[in-house]
Formats: sequence, structure tokens, C-alpha cells
Amino acid sequence: MAVSIEDVEHVAKLARLHLTGEEKETIRRQLSDVLEHARVISEVDTSGVPPTSHALPLVNVYREDEARPSLDPDEVVSNAAWAVEHSFKVPRIL
Amino acid sequence: MGFETVIGLEIHAELATESKMFCGCSTDFGGEPNSRTCPVCLGHPGVLPVANREAVASTILLGLALRCAVTPRSVFHRKNYFYPDMPKNFQISQYDVPLTSGGTLSMDMEGYTREVGITRVHLEEDTGKSIHIGESGRIHGADFSLEDFNRAGIPLAEIVTEPDMRSPEEARVFMQLLRATLEYLGISDCKMEEGSLRCDANISVSVDGRPGTKVEIKNMNSFRSLFRALSFEEERQRTELGLGHEVVQETRHWDDAAGVTHPLRSKEEAFDYRYFPEPDLVPIEPDLEWVEELRGRLPELPRARRNRFEAEYGLPGEISAMLTGEKALADYFEEAVASGQDPVALAKWIAGDLVALLNEAVVPIQACPVHPRGLGELVALVAQRIISGKMAKDVLREAFETGKGPERIVREKGLAQIEDEGELEAVVDRVIEENPDAASDMREGKEQALKFLMGRVMKATRGKANPELATSLIRKKLSP
Repeated sequence: MAVSIEDVEHVAKLARLHLTGEEKETIRRQLSDVLEHARVISEVDTSGVPPTSHALPLVNVYREDEARPSLDPDEVVSNAAWAVEHSFKVPRIL
Repeated sequence: MGFETVIGLEIHAELATESKMFCGCSTDFGGEPNSRTCPVCLGHPGVLPVANREAVASTILLGLALRCAVTPRSVFHRKNYFYPDMPKNFQISQYDVPLTSGGTLSMDMEGYTREVGITRVHLEEDTGKSIHIGESGRIHGADFSLEDFNRAGIPLAEIVTEPDMRSPEEARVFMQLLRATLEYLGISDCKMEEGSLRCDANISVSVDGRPGTKVEIKNMNSFRSLFRALSFEEERQRTELGLGHEVVQETRHWDDAAGVTHPLRSKEEAFDYRYFPEPDLVPIEPDLEWVEELRGRLPELPRARRNRFEAEYGLPGEISAMLTGEKALADYFEEAVASGQDPVALAKWIAGDLVALLNEAVVPIQACPVHPRGLGELVALVAQRIISGKMAKDVLREAFETGKGPERIVREKGLAQIEDEGELEAVVDRVIEENPDAASDMREGKEQALKFLMGRVMKATRGKANPELATSLIRKKLSP
């Protein structure tokens, strides 16, 4: 399963990664190897096997609708790199 | 060229739960920035979200009200994107298996019924609020943004319709009916201005049956702006097509002040949210018993109530639609009907003067100072001809402003109409004596004189004379 340079660039962009040409090629090869390795699984006949999105045999786990105390806003922003009063401050978006 | 407008809506309604979707933070509106946040809704590592049962119930209830089927097994997905309004860098939503899907909502238009297909109703979490700081005050050209995550994680029902609406008016009516439905179910505050009910639209114009290009419109914050934005866009696309231009597939932003839509500068590439099943939340398999219990909780819905008002109380369609468009207004009407007075008269008073007074004072019907019983009194006073319709308007205003009952106002102010023939006769005699010219004109058959004399009688009685009685007295005394 070959991954193209375009695939790598697309995924890098989505992940906000800036890669050099050399890095792209390395990652292209590595991702291809990973997918090739996983391809073996697709040889198994899985018709009739439901996709396993969850490993546990659990369904319908709920909490009751009760409000509980939140954190102190001082505490909320205490680890923020950048904050104004109790708001997180972030660089311009667009 | 034969143009046809095609509209589909995507609506987000915040669910009125006590706590957020996946954590116990309060959902109260307002509050200091980030004062309703915790490690779960802030997306700290190692936390475990747990679904709010009430939010799931509300979404299923809405799905049932819209005649959707409940999915036997549905799951949550992560919608991944880089935008600071979600601290996790993903939003928990639903993707290929929504909680409910495949419904319809029928709406009565003038002279026809429109069935709008409901593609799906699913459950997700709301995002935080960004305030863009900079000269422009908007996202473009902002210097930086401030993030408040109080809203992040509030349960949000998403309703997606089929492209079944054919005019901006149909879209507006749909939205009002959906709002009423949410209100009847009691699952959302439905405040478009506060953003607890939001709407995006897809609109295209087909030419001679050939499908047009879909344009997405955002930022419509009221029923009026939804209608205006879609009307503008319909016209814009028709003009483009009429000139032989292509309509560009894009997202456009409605500028309410300018009354136009602008293309939103989009991120260059197509959205790729890389949805995958949320591993921290287990699937939802609503058992049939629960679904049936929820179905049993469905109240009479707006359209059914409207039809009943028409059949049971003989209300005209327009008034019936107006009253049932807001649950509390319809409830008020039915409480007033319990007074035993004529339902049509009551409905007209509510839909006309009372709603005008409420709007003027910006008071919701729930806080109306005039009790439904009081409105019954008012209608009774008019029906018994104790006061005229015109006086009743003033009495209603006074009742609204003072909170006093109409009967008490009429008694205290001595407003009761003069019905007593002897009493009125004395007034008429005096008026005739004081206005000999008009009286002789009247005797000569000049009808204009009647108006003048009536005016004098009304002035002398401060408007309390029963008009029919006074007229007949003048005619009797001054017959040619």
C-alpha cells in the first residue's frame, strides 16, 4: 500500500506539521510500511464481523443530569500560556 | 427560464439540561468566562466523558416528534479540527449513525401543505465562545481572540432537513414550527438572539429542472434575518443565472445590517474532519421500553393543537396558527376559554391588543399582568354591553398597566356604558336644547347633523353612552 507525497502533504497540513522535502520522503516510506504491515489483516474474511469501534462489551453508560461545582476560573487559566483575566488568549485565527 | 428555489436547513438547538453533555458543569447562560468548566470540558488529558441521560432522552424525544426512527445502536464520533473554540481539538458529535433519522415535519402554508423531510436528528456538544479582539471586531483581521469555554460541552441537538423547502417563506415557517415543537417538548430555551437556537441554510436555484449549485448561508440570528438572507440569496443566484453566470459553490455570511451575503474567505482545502468513533464513550442502544416511555411523553404538538383550535373553538386559521406558535400563548388562550366566554372573541383579543401590549412592554406572556380570567371578564363586559369595544381597549391597557381586573377598573372609574334609557334621554334632551341649529337640520332630514349631535352626546357622557341607544333616541326625538 503506497502512500504518495501528496498524501503526506495533506496529512501534514491537517496536523499543522511543517515538513522538509527530505522528511516528507522518509515519512512517506514509513507510512507505506505501516500500512503494508496492516494490510495483512485485510486478507482475513471479516464478512459478518461487526466493526470493533469499542473493545468493551458495554452500552448505555450514562450519568444523571445533575450540575456539580466547576473549577475555580483562576485555576482554569493557571497553566495557560496566555490569558486575559479568565479567558484564554489565542493568536489570531484567520 | 423556469427557476425553482431549493432550500435545506441545518439547525442547532441547545438542550435545556442542568448539566453539560459529558460532565457536571452547569449550563447556565452567562457567568464569568470559564467559570463553568472542568477538566472534562477543558479537554485535559486522562479524563473520561460520560453521556448525560437527559440529553439523550431529549434528542430521542425530538426525533420522535419529527417522526424519525430511533437507531438501534448509535455511536459518538470525534470530529477533528484545529480551531480554538474546542480545547480538545475535536468536537464529540455523531457521524454515520445518528440517534434518530428519516422523519418528516408537515407545515401548513397558505393554501397548501408542505412535507419537509428530516434527514436526521443527532446529538453533539456545543463549542466555546470566541471573542475576536481587534479593530475589525470580526474574525478577519483580528489581533487575537479570547476563548470562554462555558458553552463548550453544552448538549446540542442537530436537525438536518432534506432540501424540501421551495421559498424563503417556507424556510421561515419551518423554523418557526420547529422552534414551537422544541418549546412544546420543553427541551430547549429556543432563544435565537442568545444563540440557543441557530440555523444555517443551503440554497440553490434550479433552472428548467436542472439542479443548481448549493450555497451555504451562515449567521442568521432571527426568523426575520433567515427570511431576508434567503430572499437576498435567491435573488442573487437568479440574477447570476439569468446573466448566464455560474453560481459558485461556497459558504456565505449574512450581514444583517447591510442586508447582503458575503463570501466567507474559506480555508483553502476542503474540510477533512477525520471522523472516528469516540473510544471513550460506549454505544447507545436505546431499549424499546425506554423509547416507548418517551413516546408516551410526547405532548400535543403545535400543528395538532392548531387544528384542534380550529375545530374545537372555531378559530380562524391565521389566529390559530399565531396562538399555537407559542406554547405559553396557546396555554393562556385555553385558560381564558375556561372562563366560559366566546373563544373567538378571546382569541382575537389575545392575538390583537394583548400581544401588542406585551410586545410594546417587552413582557413574555408567562408574565402577563392580565390574568386569563381577567381577559374573560373583559370579553364578558363587552358581550353584556356594559362597555363598548372601544372602551374595552382602554380597560385592557389599564388592566395591563396596573394589574387590576377589568371588572374592578370599570367599577372604580364608573366606566360602565349608559344603558339606562331615562338617563340617556335626559342627556339627549339637553344636547338638543343646547344645539338648536343642528336639531332643526336633523328635523329637515340632514343626516350630517346626527354625527354632530352624537359627538355632543358622547362628549357629555365622556364616551359612555351606548351608541345604538343614543342614536335611536336622537332619531326618535328629531324625526322629520
